[in-house]
Amino acid sequence: MRTRFEPITGRYMHLDLFGRPHRIYVEEAGHGTPLLCLHTAGADGRQYRALMNDVRVASCHRVIAFDMPWHGKSSPPPGWQNEEYQLTSAQYTEMILAVMAGLGLHRPILIGCSIGGRIALHLALEHPQAFRAIIGLQAGAHVDPYYDLNFLHRADVHGGEVCGAIVSGLVGPDAPEAERWETLWHYMQGGPGVFKGDLYFYKVDGDIRSRVAEIDTSRCPLFLLSGEYDYSCTPEETLAVAASIRGCEVTIMKGLGHFPMSENPREFLTYLLPVLEKISR
Amino acid sequence: MIEALKERVNDDPVLVRRGRFLTTTFLLEVGATAWLIAIHEGRIVSVTPGPFVMPSSAFALRAPAEEWAKFWSQRPPPGSNDLMALIKRRVLRAEGDLQVFMAHLRYFKEALAKLRPQETSAASLAGALP
Repeated sequence: MRTRFEPITGRYMHLDLFGRPHRIYVEEAGHGTPLLCLHTAGADGRQYRALMNDVRVASCHRVIAFDMPWHGKSSPPPGWQNEEYQLTSAQYTEMILAVMAGLGLHRPILIGCSIGGRIALHLALEHPQAFRAIIGLQAGAHVDPYYDLNFLHRADVHGGEVCGAIVSGLVGPDAPEAERWETLWHYMQGGPGVFKGDLYFYKVDGDIRSRVAEIDTSRCPLFLLSGEYDYSCTPEETLAVAASIRGCEVTIMKGLGHFPMSENPREFLTYLLPVLEKISR
Repeated sequence: MIEALKERVNDDPVLVRRGRFLTTTFLLEVGATAWLIAIHEGRIVSVTPGPFVMPSSAFALRAPAEEWAKFWSQRPPPGSNDLMALIKRRVLRAEGDLQVFMAHLRYFKEALAKLRPQETSAASLAGALP
């Protein structure tokens, strides 16, 4: 029997967030410039495993992904059982900065997808000095709800089934089958109401349309990469954000969907590597 | 064309099994043309063309013919590749008791995608081209 191990290692970090103790799962691989990765709503840090396993990235970057509270192997805080989870812009920002401090990261490159791409815009605006560069994947300034979010969390609809089915069409048509279904499996594994709670940030609280033009890319370079087949954050929405920010670089990725790093890493890396190369200069 | 749904779904044992707890009737509208589609434990038992006087269904899916044509193309363009994409663009209206639709969303997505050109027919079509 032949076995092999990926170079990824995981640890649990204990820290206080929003005045309460939290246990956060953090994975990393590689050495060099820190590259902090933010997963999409309703998923977890496994979405970035291909980046961690790619020697072209990991040979010169310390690639780090953490599972947000309630997600993946990070627990919800004690008392969660009687609460409704709702992510806000303020909590999301505090969490990212606290995890960075806990890991001792100095001005990492930030890469975030979907809700991670949205908070990347918030951070580019409010904390540009904290980052070497910011890469927003599937980043738009706002998304209007286009279905009844209550279906994501009700006892007569299976949460795992519906979360996977809701997002299945967001995967691009050229994604390899194994990566497509691995991406959807992460959604199917989400806890009750977690995807819905993340979408509170994505569709309500995190609207940054009125301020996005104030982002100053001379303080922190901003790159936007969006998949052609994403109908949640459409290429048009990303292009509109890019057009309103001076110095922002934008690329629409052909054939890719809403989860580029996870659904089709090989294609995604053809877009990401030139961006990382540019940042390193 | 919509009538082909019955055979194509029922010939897919994985899809039928996925729907083994699904029994319902829904209305499908392609422009002004309507069909009532009855499902029993994952198998499509009837696809009945309209017009109807008083159609009874749990829910309805309604979109213009040109939108369904894009959805049912071999490689649908962005924005037309999924039922939720059509809903996002407000061209597909899902109305009625949507609990059954959402509880079995993967079934309905995969069942309706069966009306895309099948691989065999696409291959034979390509072979017929000069």
